[in-house]
Amino acid sequence: MNATVEVRNLRTHFFTRAGVVKAVDDVSFSVSGGQVLGLVGESGSGKTVTGFSIIGLVDPPGRIAGGSIWYQGQDLAKLSEREMRSLRGNRIAMIFQDPMMTLNPVLRIDTQMIETVLAHARVSREEARRRSRDALGMVGIPSPDERLRAYPHQFSGGMRQRVAIAIALLHNPDLLIADEPTTALDVTIQAQILAEVQKLAVEHGTALIWITHDLSVIAGLADQIAVMYAGRIVEFGDATTVLDRPLHPYTHGLIGSVPSRNKRGERLRQIPGMTPNLLSLPAGCAFRMRCAHADVACEAEPPVEPRDGRDLRCCHPMDQAA
Amino acid sequence: MSATIAREETPFRRFVSEFAASRLALLGLVVFVVIALLAIFASLIAPQNPYDLAQLDIMDGRLPPGSKSMVGYTYILGTDDQGRDMFSGMLYGLRISLAVGVGSALFAAVVGTSLGLLAAWLGGRADSAIMRLVDLQLSFPSILVALMILAMLGKGVMNVLLALVIVEWAYYARNVRATAMVERQREYIEAAECLALPRWRIMFRHLLPNCLPPLIVIATQQVARAIALEATLSFLGLGVPITEPSLGLLIANGYQYMLSGKYWISFYPGIALLVTIMSINLVGDQLRDVLNPRLQR
Amino acid sequence: MTEPPIIELRGVSKRFGPTYDAAARLTRSIASRMGSPPRNETVRAVDTVSMTIQRGEVVGLVGESGCGKSTIGRMVAGIMPPSEGQILFKGRDIARLSGRDGKDAKLKVQMIFQDPYASLNPRLRVADIVGEAPLTHGLVSRANFDTWLDAQLHRAGLDPSFKRRYPHQFSGGQRQRIGIARALAVQPEFLVCDEAVAALDVSIQAQILNLFMDLRRDLDLTYLFISHDLGVVEHLSDRVLIMYLGRIVEEAPTEEVFSHANHPYTRALLAEVPRIDARKHRFTAITGEIPSPLNPPAGCHFHPRCPHAMPRCAVDAPAFREIAPDHHSACHLNEVPA
Repeated sequence: MNATVEVRNLRTHFFTRAGVVKAVDDVSFSVSGGQVLGLVGESGSGKTVTGFSIIGLVDPPGRIAGGSIWYQGQDLAKLSEREMRSLRGNRIAMIFQDPMMTLNPVLRIDTQMIETVLAHARVSREEARRRSRDALGMVGIPSPDERLRAYPHQFSGGMRQRVAIAIALLHNPDLLIADEPTTALDVTIQAQILAEVQKLAVEHGTALIWITHDLSVIAGLADQIAVMYAGRIVEFGDATTVLDRPLHPYTHGLIGSVPSRNKRGERLRQIPGMTPNLLSLPAGCAFRMRCAHADVACEAEPPVEPRDGRDLRCCHPMDQAA
Repeated sequence: MSATIAREETPFRRFVSEFAASRLALLGLVVFVVIALLAIFASLIAPQNPYDLAQLDIMDGRLPPGSKSMVGYTYILGTDDQGRDMFSGMLYGLRISLAVGVGSALFAAVVGTSLGLLAAWLGGRADSAIMRLVDLQLSFPSILVALMILAMLGKGVMNVLLALVIVEWAYYARNVRATAMVERQREYIEAAECLALPRWRIMFRHLLPNCLPPLIVIATQQVARAIALEATLSFLGLGVPITEPSLGLLIANGYQYMLSGKYWISFYPGIALLVTIMSINLVGDQLRDVLNPRLQR
Repeated sequence: MTEPPIIELRGVSKRFGPTYDAAARLTRSIASRMGSPPRNETVRAVDTVSMTIQRGEVVGLVGESGCGKSTIGRMVAGIMPPSEGQILFKGRDIARLSGRDGKDAKLKVQMIFQDPYASLNPRLRVADIVGEAPLTHGLVSRANFDTWLDAQLHRAGLDPSFKRRYPHQFSGGQRQRIGIARALAVQPEFLVCDEAVAALDVSIQAQILNLFMDLRRDLDLTYLFISHDLGVVEHLSDRVLIMYLGRIVEEAPTEEVFSHANHPYTRALLAEVPRIDARKHRFTAITGEIPSPLNPPAGCHFHPRCPHAMPRCAVDAPAFREIAPDHHSACHLNEVPA
């Protein structure tokens, strides 16, 4: 299978006054056209920084400290800002948790969309307007002609997010990175957005990376799931494989603590401890402080190894526990 | 549970370390402290008491910097038309300028903060009344209001102070009200209400401390503004009495001699004023950056 | 006679609107005389809601943003008064209680907030956050304060040695524990949990939910558990209330709601909750936006999005009626003879 984007041993570090934060530390995965990768992790796991690294939006004091991001034979990690800008919003697009990261509050929607079209395509203004209108229609915005003349504040949260998605899709990108775009939205609106995005990925063959902290959101959407913990991918494989037979104790704990996986009214199975501080990670496996199976072997950093149809970074997989 | 924080990090310590991140702001702070010390200990440092007319000799008037006095010491910055040692005059003038600036900012802060908090807390008519008064106050140029007040009250350090407080309180009131309106919506205030804490306690122990950061920024800016305003008033002859000149009055005294080559009478007080206001503004700018929640690093 | 319910709401409404000062009133009256009547700016956040909560129950209140569920929580917790209707604590109207009775009733109902960052005063140490109210109200003496405080922190799962620290030194989960310790320190009988785990990491959510369940058992607490997360509500609650745009549309015991949802909105919600047991499938969704509470649709608020809407849904608001034992729903479909 030909991957749209392939991330190899990516390291994105933040060089802060308090020390080096290894937000992304040796992360590898790939996504193909029409496929959905769910990138799952808690706050501080590095999932968002991974997305920002691919699209070249990591701000100082952070920078890509190693590894490569292959897209159409070129390494995005080595592109200049100018080269990156011609790809960003064109071949590679991102939608954010807050749609106002994409939208300019003082410009009308049509101005913003037409400018986005003209930035990467040599077409007339009329053609640009037509494409903008079609894009709005595609994401399920009723009466797009009228809506084009509105300002962002005249839209509800769900509508704004849809406009942001429409802008991201103007150039039929090869890769779309979605960073928790539905977290701030209500369940019924979230379902609408998921439906739209899924339709687009299928119809246009777009590769989609969906970043979220909630496994439930992507359980029904993703083809593949990568679980991140403290800057590393600890488990990466087909969604069914990972969700039905999780091997990493962290993935296992996450799935087990979901209320619907527990008997009603009884104590939930919980992962003890706190999400770790990236400035003071223990040596070896970052999860070992919270892991019931940890022993001395975990004090050495576990390598990524293929196991039972997935990539796993663990010394004591759950199928081994006796 | 792993305790990752070794040393106790109080909000104050964090604030200090963030402030110190800017060298320029530190320089501003150092300069300001030096100026403040010079002003406070003016009577010990100055070779002459410029307010004691007995020590002045009109024969020494308008001497250039470096001249020798009749009694033997050097006027390092020259003398003014009264034969006052410029250096001594500036130290004493600085004292008046700073006292008026800091004092008025402080009084105005107390008055403005109380009214602003009250407006935010009470809402309704009290809020409307206070804020319309603020609008009225801010719609006149400060210099005009101050001139009017001084024209009625006459010259004098205390009168200048009063005029400045009247001119400045509205800035505090408006800003404190705005901050307090936002802060009182926050959940920790709701929690305090839920815990049936007395209202005054919620206001002063929970609301007020969280309104302080923007207040501190305004206060530094207002100190600089007040010093400049006092200088302007004195320059126009409506501020401090001629016998106790502030920096502004010193500048005014030398103004008429500027073109005749005796630049120092206005020049050095002018530099002192400039450096003082600059140093306060440097500190204020960094404070604004450190205390601005939207610029959290 | 049986014990009165611990909390009862009788026809409670809450309106929010801008308060106009003289200048604003003047401009509005000029505008209306010039032929452009000012827009309605009053939101009916909660619209004649009634409910009872018995001692020891856990009641889940579910709805999407802007439906008024947090407003109900705040009114029950005594943070804001209702515009209309009464809120009764153990049979007594809390608006009419004053002095010592009023304060006691207020302390008996405490609230756990959504945002673990905004809900703790950043300038107070943990000891002050937890201890201030009990000291003020004389629930603990200065002499016993230290041992008492350690016990309070311990009960919420916090290391007592952290008591001299400030909130910013804690993670989200720990902060939420501080908020829980603060609420429990005044010995409440009733807790309003407003999206209390929504802002937490998934692995921490389960810890806090377990703490809630342990505390319920140990302290005989009653909960009003407000959440948009049906999974959490299903796990914790004995009874569930579903809200849409200020009104309660369905109420039933938890199992009944999840097995026999009646109201079309409840069914839509249940269908669209993300489930970890789902696998790759085509998503379908109910259409339409949640209308602005400033301008809710006439009749049944849900009718513009309802797949079963009939002409009368746009005119009449359906009555909230019992459709099965303990199961109430507000939908015209229930009146159509089968």
